Amino acid sequence: MEKSINTFWQGLVEAIRLIGNGDSGLVEIVVLSLRVSGLALLLSTLIGVPLGAALGLGRFIGRKLVIALMYTGMGFPPVVVGLFVYLLLSRSGPLGSLDSPLVPPLFTPGAMVIAQCIIAFPLVAGFTMAAVMGVDPQLRQQVQSLGATAWQTTLTVLAEARIGVMVAIIAGFGGIISEVGAVMLVGGNIEGRTRVLTTAIVLETRQGNFELAMALGLILLGIAFFINVIMLRLQGKTFDS
Amino acid sequence: MNNTASSVPCYALEAVTKTYGGRRVLDIAGLEVRPGEVLALVGPSGSGKSTLLRLLNFLEPPTSGRIRFMDGDYGPDQPVPLAVRRRVTTVAQRPILLNRSVWANIRFGLGLRGERDGDGRVDAALAQVGLAALARQPARTLSGGEAQRVALARAMVIEPDVLLLDEPTANLDPYNVGVIEDTVRTLNRDRGMTAMLVTHNVFQARRLAHRVALILEGRLVEVADVHVFFEAPRDPRTAAFVRGEMVY
Ligand SMILES: Nc1ncnc2c1ncn2[C@@H]1O[C@H](COP(=O)(O)OP(=O)(O)O)[C@@H](O)[C@H]1O
Ligand SMILES: [Mg+2]
Repeated sequence: MEKSINTFWQGLVEAIRLIGNGDSGLVEIVVLSLRVSGLALLLSTLIGVPLGAALGLGRFIGRKLVIALMYTGMGFPPVVVGLFVYLLLSRSGPLGSLDSPLVPPLFTPGAMVIAQCIIAFPLVAGFTMAAVMGVDPQLRQQVQSLGATAWQTTLTVLAEARIGVMVAIIAGFGGIISEVGAVMLVGGNIEGRTRVLTTAIVLETRQGNFELAMALGLILLGIAFFINVIMLRLQGKTFDS
Repeated sequence: MNNTASSVPCYALEAVTKTYGGRRVLDIAGLEVRPGEVLALVGPSGSGKSTLLRLLNFLEPPTSGRIRFMDGDYGPDQPVPLAVRRRVTTVAQRPILLNRSVWANIRFGLGLRGERDGDGRVDAALAQVGLAALARQPARTLSGGEAQRVALARAMVIEPDVLLLDEPTANLDPYNVGVIEDTVRTLNRDRGMTAMLVTHNVFQARRLAHRVALILEGRLVEVADVHVFFEAPRDPRTAAFVRGEMVY
């Protein structure tokens, strides 16, 4: 007991020192995490925002089914997504066996981006759908009456729901930056290539490198905290208006 | 008052109906709207006034019948070209403003049309409705009357040929009613803008309209010059409406 408490405080002090020194191994891991999750988020936004807008504003056959699938996706265990992507991308899998330059091999950042994108885009779509459905339905007719095309009407509704759409994007980021199971499976936690914050924490803790694990944990906490602060501020804005 | 009787009609409706879920809510045998006139549309709630305005704004097609407008003739299946639809706009009872500044709201219709230099018109419209001082304010901070004046200014900057007004002054105080009526009158007189005004206010119809139409249960009962409508209506139901005896 005594020892573990000491380990905790020593770890914390050492972690802060590592962060303060800008330890190169640490920086590499942080940069890769942000790059992978950032790219996955960009793709998720490009898919999720139009999908959410279509589901929230459109009326088409199969809409209910797509919404049901999207809700399933929002609550899907990330590690199972990882498993699917693993099987798809493995050499004998349906995508991996194509040997196409568009399909990233397993244990690469590209594979991690795909897994994270699949985890995040239903979140982005779901929150975007809720946001556009919250816009006054009569606004669409008013905007059309002022001469908007269908396309301009949709863009105007998205602009009205802009705070909710930003919340959707940030929620997507929160869902992937702290995810460990899927990136562990498809990335393989290879040092210098696919090691990100979460997988590094797992490894360093197992190996007893508590200082480094703690430093990584603090950074991840900081990112998560930053995300939540932005979310709260944005949501505060919606409630004020 | 303009003498517009001899001109080609701005709208001509023939056997126009609108059905929702099997229920026919509009059944207009014929109606002409003359260019440059203010036509008031009166009638009880649920009689189809707003539905008629939606058809005239080409936001929905009729279920059957023809709507002639300018040079075109549109039925249930004719898509109305964007350029035609853009010659008409509606100011609704509830001002639905965008969550932007007052100025950006009024500029909105010009942006849709890709017009780069309409800022002067925006300023002129703001001045017309007496809101120049509030240009930079967020639209959602406005009072109901100010918001409706912004909605009217937003409609006038796009310089429509036809302005449809759906109970634009319901629930407003006399000052705001006055500003809105003055603006509509000015647009009609100085720019020849045709207007169709749905109102429950008989005095407002008298103040603004050249002609008045009464609609009951989706059908036009009588369309007449304003003096005839109020002083010598032909239909007993119009007479009852004018005397305030129509219960609804
Ligand atoms: N989109 C719609 N779907 C179904 N019914 C509608 C719709 N719009 C209007 N109605 C019905 O049509 C009738 C006429 O409505 P409306 O044109 O709004 O009347 P008014 O403006 O004269 O009060 C009402 O009975 C209303 O319930
Ligand atoms: Mg109405």
